[in-house]
Amino acid sequence: MNYQLSFTQIWRHFDKLSYGVLLSIELAVIAILIGAVIGLTLAVIYVSSGRVVRAFISAYVEFIRNVPLLLLVYLVFYGLPTVVNIAYDASTSFIVTLSVYAGAYLVEVFRSGLDAVPKGLLDAGKAMGLTPWQRLLHVRLPTMTRITLPALSNTFISLFKDTSIASVIAVPELTFGAQWINNRTFRIVEVYAVTTVIYLVAGYLILFGLRMLERRFRVER
Amino acid sequence: MSAIPLLKISRLTKSFGTNQVLKSVDLEVTAGEVVTVIGPSGGGKTTLLRCVNFLEAYDGGSIKIDGREVGYTDNAGGKKRGEVDLAAMRAETGMVFQSFNLFPHLNAEQNVMLGLRQVRKKPHKEALEIARHWLDRVGLSHKTGSLPSELSGGQQQRVGIARAVAMDPKILLLDEITSALDPELVNEVLDVVRQLASDGMTMLIVTHEIAFARDASHRIVFVADGSVSAQGKPDELMAEVANNERLRSFLSRFSATAH
Ligand SMILES: Nc1ncnc2c1ncn2[C@@H]1O[C@H](COP(=O)(O)OP(=O)(O)OP(=O)(O)O)[C@@H](O)[C@H]1O
Ligand SMILES: [Mg+2]
Repeated sequence: MNYQLSFTQIWRHFDKLSYGVLLSIELAVIAILIGAVIGLTLAVIYVSSGRVVRAFISAYVEFIRNVPLLLLVYLVFYGLPTVVNIAYDASTSFIVTLSVYAGAYLVEVFRSGLDAVPKGLLDAGKAMGLTPWQRLLHVRLPTMTRITLPALSNTFISLFKDTSIASVIAVPELTFGAQWINNRTFRIVEVYAVTTVIYLVAGYLILFGLRMLERRFRVER
Repeated sequence: MSAIPLLKISRLTKSFGTNQVLKSVDLEVTAGEVVTVIGPSGGGKTTLLRCVNFLEAYDGGSIKIDGREVGYTDNAGGKKRGEVDLAAMRAETGMVFQSFNLFPHLNAEQNVMLGLRQVRKKPHKEALEIARHWLDRVGLSHKTGSLPSELSGGQQQRVGIARAVAMDPKILLLDEITSALDPELVNEVLDVVRQLASDGMTMLIVTHEIAFARDASHRIVFVADGSVSAQGKPDELMAEVANNERLRSFLSRFSATAH
């Protein structure tokens, strides 16, 4: 085999990749933020509710976790607009999907974090006269944050990688950019090698940011 | 003493499932009194203490602090107080735990300030002053900014005490507050408790430190098998040993190991 590696074509279209990675990060960040709100809210409701409410939340989590993300993306982008009368662009559709998907995973992360808060700390909060709401705000959530940060980092990285699935509905994120270049240059090895490196670097930067956050949380408050 | 009791526990019962842990406890504590509770493991001492601030709901009998029924609006097993009422009621008692239970995300000062700010609604500046005052009293004025993880067990427990007394409770509940400590750290904590006792703080103390119970308390209560088996001034209780088989066997374990 005498395949000659050549990156010149890749550099010529590099704007597709740089734009793509920024969009990937944007999609991930928005979905993570919305997903975190969904996840935290449902987790708090879960731990303070009865069987019926818990069953509904579990059903949501189980449903999402047992359906492939790819299928959810198709369902929301192609399926939903045919059933209900809404129109949205591919990016918005994907953000909705990934948020709901992230929410389900984050419910689990936050719920196990809330459960892992030592009972003695809650007793201490009770004993000093904090109301349930104050105990949640000042004892349970901050303690949970410290417990969940490592698991949270893993979930965030996963969700960042999952943005590549948006390429199937032509959202011009990083993987889509790579496909676009490949379709024009047929430099399959080069383009995917460069793309892989970009994913790795971006993923590492996200992880680094979260580690900083972890450290910050440990020192202050 | 003819004073009206600050804490009045009568015919208190409590079961966990089919296990009746408290079988009819009667106990009174007057303001300014230091009462220690001793007794064999599993006898219900912790449960008794946790009923007093309603960390455990009791099933029968009554617990009154300043004449007010703890936990229930009326009778044991009846209607529970609402959460806000319960919280306000718990703020009247302070508790120090065997395992310290300091909030790990807050430094010493912030641990003490939390209740002052959130429960007592003190302005920041005043809460800070009170926190610093109490941390100083327990000998930790140089550690106000340290996180629990940066403190020794003895230091953590002293923060725990400061956190409880800073709230100016009517009564302080202490549950084996030195049993998680290395032997050489026990005294620094007991000294703080002795200091509080001489300041007139009302305390109900569960302890395995018999020597401490003898010299620091006004009255010792021997709880065994879910009820008060003997009680009295330290000397009186020691005299009881002759007539109380359970007390004798309990104390003999200590004299065997103590010097
Ligand atoms: N939350 C609980 N659920 C079920 N059983 C409990 C619970 N808490 C305590 N018990 C039981 O109640 C009994 C009394 O326990 P308690 O902790 O009050 O004893 P104690 O006198 O404090 O013992 P120790 O000296 O070992 O601390 C024990 O048999 C214990 O197993
Ligand atoms: Mg105990």
